[in-house]
Amino acid sequence: MYTPTMLLAILPEILLLTLGVILLVVEPFWKAENRRNAGWLTFGGLLAALLISLLFARPADPQTVFGGMLRYDWYGFFFKMMFLFAAAATSLFMMDHEKLGRRGESYLLLLATTLGMCLMASSADLVMLYLAIETTSIPLYVLSGFMLDDKASTEAGFKYLLYGAVTSAILLYGFSLLFGFTGTTNLDTLGNALAAGPNMSGLVFGVILLLLVGLGFKISAVPFHFWAPDVYQGAPTPVAGFLSTASKAAGFAVLLRLFFAAFPGFASWPSILAVVATLTMTIGNLLALPQTNLKRLLAYSSIAHAGYALIGVVAFSELGRASVVFYLLAYIATNLLAFGAVMAFSRITGSDDIKDFSGLSRRSPWLGLAMLAAFLSLAGMPPFGGFVAKVIVFAAAVDKGLYVLAIIGILNSIIAVYYYLNVLKFVYLYRMDGENEEAHPIPLTRPYAIALVVLAVGVVLLGTLFGPWFDWSNLAALNLF
Amino acid sequence: MNFPVLSVIVFTPLVAAVLILLIPADRKNEVRTTALVASVFALALSVWVYAQYAINAYTGYQFIEKMTWLSVGNLHIDYHVGVDGMSAPLVLLTGIVMFTGVLISWGKDDPHGPTGIQDRPREFFAFLFLLAGGVFGVFVSLDLFLLFFFYEIAVFPMYLLIAIWGWVKTREYAAMKLTLYLFIGSVVALIGALAMYWTAGQATGTYTFDMLKISEAQQAGAFNGLVNFFGAQVPFQVVWFLPVFLGFAVLGGIWPFHNWSPDGHVAAPTAVSMFHAGVLMKLGAFAALRVGIMLLPDGAKYWAWLIMLFATVAVVYGAYIAFVQTDMKYMIGFSSVSHMGLVMFGLSTLNRDGLTGAGLQMFSHGVMTALFFAVTGMIYDRAHTRQIPELGGMIKPLPWAAVGFIIGGLVSMGMPFFSGFVAEFPIFMGVWQVMPIAAIIASISIVITAAYIMNNIRRVFFGEVPANLEGHISPITALDKVAIATLCLLMVALGLFPWLMAPMIQSGVNSILTLLGGA
Repeated sequence: MYTPTMLLAILPEILLLTLGVILLVVEPFWKAENRRNAGWLTFGGLLAALLISLLFARPADPQTVFGGMLRYDWYGFFFKMMFLFAAAATSLFMMDHEKLGRRGESYLLLLATTLGMCLMASSADLVMLYLAIETTSIPLYVLSGFMLDDKASTEAGFKYLLYGAVTSAILLYGFSLLFGFTGTTNLDTLGNALAAGPNMSGLVFGVILLLLVGLGFKISAVPFHFWAPDVYQGAPTPVAGFLSTASKAAGFAVLLRLFFAAFPGFASWPSILAVVATLTMTIGNLLALPQTNLKRLLAYSSIAHAGYALIGVVAFSELGRASVVFYLLAYIATNLLAFGAVMAFSRITGSDDIKDFSGLSRRSPWLGLAMLAAFLSLAGMPPFGGFVAKVIVFAAAVDKGLYVLAIIGILNSIIAVYYYLNVLKFVYLYRMDGENEEAHPIPLTRPYAIALVVLAVGVVLLGTLFGPWFDWSNLAALNLF
Repeated sequence: MNFPVLSVIVFTPLVAAVLILLIPADRKNEVRTTALVASVFALALSVWVYAQYAINAYTGYQFIEKMTWLSVGNLHIDYHVGVDGMSAPLVLLTGIVMFTGVLISWGKDDPHGPTGIQDRPREFFAFLFLLAGGVFGVFVSLDLFLLFFFYEIAVFPMYLLIAIWGWVKTREYAAMKLTLYLFIGSVVALIGALAMYWTAGQATGTYTFDMLKISEAQQAGAFNGLVNFFGAQVPFQVVWFLPVFLGFAVLGGIWPFHNWSPDGHVAAPTAVSMFHAGVLMKLGAFAALRVGIMLLPDGAKYWAWLIMLFATVAVVYGAYIAFVQTDMKYMIGFSSVSHMGLVMFGLSTLNRDGLTGAGLQMFSHGVMTALFFAVTGMIYDRAHTRQIPELGGMIKPLPWAAVGFIIGGLVSMGMPFFSGFVAEFPIFMGVWQVMPIAAIIASISIVITAAYIMNNIRRVFFGEVPANLEGHISPITALDKVAIATLCLLMVALGLFPWLMAPMIQSGVNSILTLLGGA
């Protein structure tokens, strides 16, 4: 039965689709030299979609729409806004990329995957959820391997596809078992059906492991992280930035919703996740230490950050959920800033080896500052968002008496400080070999300047005026199921 | 509403840092002028706070400002600032060190080698002021979250300042070592603070990071329970006092976690050494007092012997290591360990004399060591060496520096009529009441200190100027002289007129003693 709320519930998706269609129709008629403007169109459209949704499509009380397929609530809405924001920033980063910038289809793929993520965040049914995950993944496989004449990129695309296909099959198997146990695919009734049915904790444990494989791949948690470094390094940098932020946040959105809705009574999964979180943080950070390529380092760091965010999930409380949502928000802004700065640098120099960042602060003081803000925020230093996010996650852990996990998190963030500061050492301390840095400036084109400034200001705002942001995260977390 | 003077003090350097970054990089003098104006402004306000602080009408914290920062569910964070008798002198100290640090860093492009900061002064002053804002912030914070927020802001610029502008030979190593030590300390303390937050909240039903509320909860017995510590039931305060106190005291240079400190001092550029030894180490001692002793007083009583032990070792060991150094900066660095050991020594007594002495010593040592590092920096910039055997006769080309160093030396030795005496005497009195043997052992340091200071003065400032330095020592600038004179006058004034500061610190000590129960 049709109601106007149904349209409001999918307003962001409708706008994304409309934008995609406009892009598809308009772009072929442009001259080759004007095709870069597709980026401005995408950016402007995403920004408009963001504003229109914020103005008109704010949810009221949670409700399910489309026959229980989607949930219209703050949780999904908040994540959708994050995805739109991340996509808007990414479209700016793509514009001056040599291979992506002048190809309309790259922007279209970005919009398609964002559409999938929006659906992931609001799915209330296993079938819908699986479709959404696939809608998200397939454009990302293509984007990762977009540079056909680049071996690393094609390898990245193919590797991502293989990993994605296998883990998604395993996830689907887990879904089918859940359906078999309960006779329903609806998340709302699933939890009750599981709890009311006969005691099958052994089987449910197995199902949880299957689901963890699929979602662990999305959030690049250990031991399902192997794809991440190769894909991040090989994929075009803006795509890698999008993969490491929005795609990971989408994975977390599903993980939180699915586990809290389907298995609230099964005490075993927080302890499984505690082990996963420990491994993810530790292995991510330890492997980040010896990296010499900045994109690879960021890949391992983003694995480690998935681990920190998992601490909030393990805490299994309202505050824990809110802390995860806030953590993801801060992490998206921070990591996009980091990837954007790397992109702006390597576009000019053609390299993303850490040693080539020597003298960056003299070559471009502003880009140096952007790197400073991004890496200090990743390291969890105030006044940047990373600090607040980390403190709140640890607070959620200590609240539930998870001292050991909190201490593991702390030891890990100390390791992380080492390699983040090490990067800044190249940016600020070392000089270019025998060159005068001022003769090698790094000009920023307008899209980069806009995106980097907005992201840097955002990272500082998240770290200082964090009240409203956390308020919204909390609202989202309360509306989870 | 009253003028929010403390917020203005805290945000002056932070805003100035942003403004400085907006100035084009090649306008170096505009950068320096902006920095100087901001530091004079902050200094003037901190003097005003110090003068306006009402000692007689003692009402706890003064100049209070409070605003809700975040209040969601069980999470409540305030922006809550205020000063008491302990922190007001430290705010003043920070203002002084910031002002003199800017003067010292001005320098000029001298043919014999540049003095002060000539490479990227814009970034230098921006980071230095970020640091200063963090330091001011910690001293006035009355909210645990806010305290950590500013504490971390005060730590990470150190890395950049040392790594970028420091002494080429050791800066990378020293900067990383310093940052990791301090970061480990602060996150360990953070876990303790979070444990306090939830425990106090569960006991009272109001969850808040507000330190005054947590202190009330503590007085009502919220921290008297037992916690499970690896299977054993141990009192809450006994478990958490050490992580919290030592976590902060790392920054106070407490033995055996002092190792980062001399390396950091040596590698840092002059103004940063002044900040580092002058105020940052006080930050550690102050936070250890405010969060460790004041929020966990029973834990403090339980562990006071251990702190006293550490402090005794630091006092004697630091002085002895300083004695055998040949590098002037290492000598001062280890003397800082020794003198900060005296602060910890005073804190560990938990009685009126010891705490008052610790408060005075924090101020006195801050001024003295800032002066030492300023003078050493001036000599190094000109002679390009800090090795004591390679120097000599510096009183002739640099009379101001020599006089400053000698006055600082007298303070360091604890001579009467100088601030060092005013500070150290009550500390030893306090320790004598608790454990006379510790006072006797620690007093050895006074002799060693006198030996290395006099030795240094004799070899660096008197005798013949080495032939290779003859004629190469350019005179110091007028700004340097202002800095030296300011610091010297303060130490003499405090030595002659202890009533300028002692009553204020005692008013702060009163409330600590109340928390510790009687006495």
